[in-house]
Amino acid sequence: MIKQIKTLPQGHWRKRLDETIRHGDIPWQIILIAASILVMILVISIGMMLWNESGDARNMFGWRFLTPTSDASWDPVNDHFEAWPFIYGTLLTSLASIVMAVPISLGIAIFMSELCPEWLRLPLNWLVELLAAIPSVVYGLWGIFIFLPVVVTPVGNFLFETIGKIPLIGALFAGPMPESGVSRLGAAFILTIMIVPTITAVTRDVLLSIPNSQREASLALGATKWESIWQVLLPYGNSGILGAVILGLGRALGETMAVTMVIGNSIEGTLSLLRPGYTMASIIANEFAEAVSKLHSQALIEVGLVLFFMTLLLNIVARFLVWRVARRIPTEARG
Amino acid sequence: MTTQFQEIIAKNQSRLSTRRKFTNAFMLSVTGLLTVLALIPLFWIIGYVFYKGGSYLNVSFFTQLPRPLGVEGGGVLHAIEGTIILSLLASIFAIPPGVMAAFYASRYPNTPIGITLRFSTDVLSGVPSIVIGLFVYVIMVKPMGHYSGLAGGVAMGILMLPTIIRTTEEMLKLVPGALREGSLALGAAEWKTSLSVIFPAALNGIMTGFLLAIARAAGETAPLLFTALGNERYDVGSIIRNGIAQKQSIFMILGRIVDQPVDSLPLTLWKYAQQPYPERIQQSWTVALVLLIVILTINILTRLWVEARRRSLQG
Repeated sequence: MIKQIKTLPQGHWRKRLDETIRHGDIPWQIILIAASILVMILVISIGMMLWNESGDARNMFGWRFLTPTSDASWDPVNDHFEAWPFIYGTLLTSLASIVMAVPISLGIAIFMSELCPEWLRLPLNWLVELLAAIPSVVYGLWGIFIFLPVVVTPVGNFLFETIGKIPLIGALFAGPMPESGVSRLGAAFILTIMIVPTITAVTRDVLLSIPNSQREASLALGATKWESIWQVLLPYGNSGILGAVILGLGRALGETMAVTMVIGNSIEGTLSLLRPGYTMASIIANEFAEAVSKLHSQALIEVGLVLFFMTLLLNIVARFLVWRVARRIPTEARG
Repeated sequence: MTTQFQEIIAKNQSRLSTRRKFTNAFMLSVTGLLTVLALIPLFWIIGYVFYKGGSYLNVSFFTQLPRPLGVEGGGVLHAIEGTIILSLLASIFAIPPGVMAAFYASRYPNTPIGITLRFSTDVLSGVPSIVIGLFVYVIMVKPMGHYSGLAGGVAMGILMLPTIIRTTEEMLKLVPGALREGSLALGAAEWKTSLSVIFPAALNGIMTGFLLAIARAAGETAPLLFTALGNERYDVGSIIRNGIAQKQSIFMILGRIVDQPVDSLPLTLWKYAQQPYPERIQQSWTVALVLLIVILTINILTRLWVEARRRSLQG
């Protein structure tokens, strides 16, 4: 028996409604678009809210808040704030960690994409990703009690004895190194460990997406494996790798907890890597909850605003670079 | 003459190639060594946390609230409950919009909205977590006048959002186009196709993405510092018991659970590690162990699961 399907008569309001909303597709699309726009609104409102909430501090200190000075003061008692020591601390620790992390990450990425046997690739990938999964506070805890005294203090003392004696560059390695190892160098080391997974993952993807014809051509011309990696593959993927490095830099700039725990949190007018310092993220973490005066909390929000713009800029540049590589790579990429 | 030349060429070639061979072997082994070097901290951290934290681990650590200093025992029940509440709240806030945005991104990647969406997802994932904490403080804690678990959940949700959008989008893209076309050809509407054909087909992968995002967010401290703040006496059990005793409605009880400061495991770890008392530091190692176990378990299980599924799909 064929079941009669009930149809609504022509012109019935429900039928007309169904047709105007295309059987539910129009509300569906509106929901999707709303969710997509929400993400955009979030990003814009983060910037706007921080901008609005730091108004007084911006008016009061102007560009002096950001410009390099040797006698910057951060004085909650007298309500005078200049953020240069934190900006310097952030830049110094991040750049130092990038200098250490880039060779290591490149090495791992090359090993994973070009050298290691197929069966090892997946476990290695997991292990590197686990390194990224460990919470920042656990890095910090391990850093204060184990890593700093065992590794950073000896390395710092060694740097102080050797490079610290050279004029000019020596200012960066002026001591004395604190016995506990609490220093910008310690922060840079911890940051290195934390950003290696980020840089490695993107670099590995860039290397894996280079077409095999590049490798074959270079090997056929008589290049050794290393020569083909160094002279063909790395230049081929250079802007993608640069993008990876910038992404790592962005992560290093914003990293808060581990750095706060190992950097020593002191405002000294020193340039040295071997002394305790502060970063922008760590001053916010340390002082914001206890900021009593309005200007103090506004100044801290302004520090956050600067951090937001820095990472925004870095992300735009990095995405642009990675996107340029992705677009150039033809369809015959390796799996 | 010719033989002499040939000899010279042969000699030079072999010398050159020895140097090149050496460089090759040397640099290739350096990459291997760097890989080992980078993995040392991983094993060092995991090993040490298990060694230091394991000695204090017992049942009461999971079932009791902290006791005053000097009193034996006590646990971190408040932080465990808080972490669960915060993760639930974050999932409620982040997953629905995240999945919807991912549907849009996978269906219309090249429209203006799709391109802006991808770009803002990238930017949002790069915003430092402490800045997200500041943002939520400004939009929620300040107007409401007090720190709350709700604000902490929102902060964690914003942090999870980009990860959820990206992983879900990847998974939706993997669903074969034939399924969509088949469903549309049978007369199903676009929304019906998306929700009851494509979404179930991708659900396994999407769930692993959720789990990984939650595991990542649960380990975060910075966004909670001035939103959830921390609360040593947070106890969901007693809130519920009091609520029932006073005959409050379920919404009242839920409201009281999320409307007060909440603690979480990483937050507790951070606070304890800064105190000068050996007891507290010992407890912070144990908290680190609990955190690591939770996060490593989620990570390893989801990856094994994904791998098993990939094998079964291929084989």
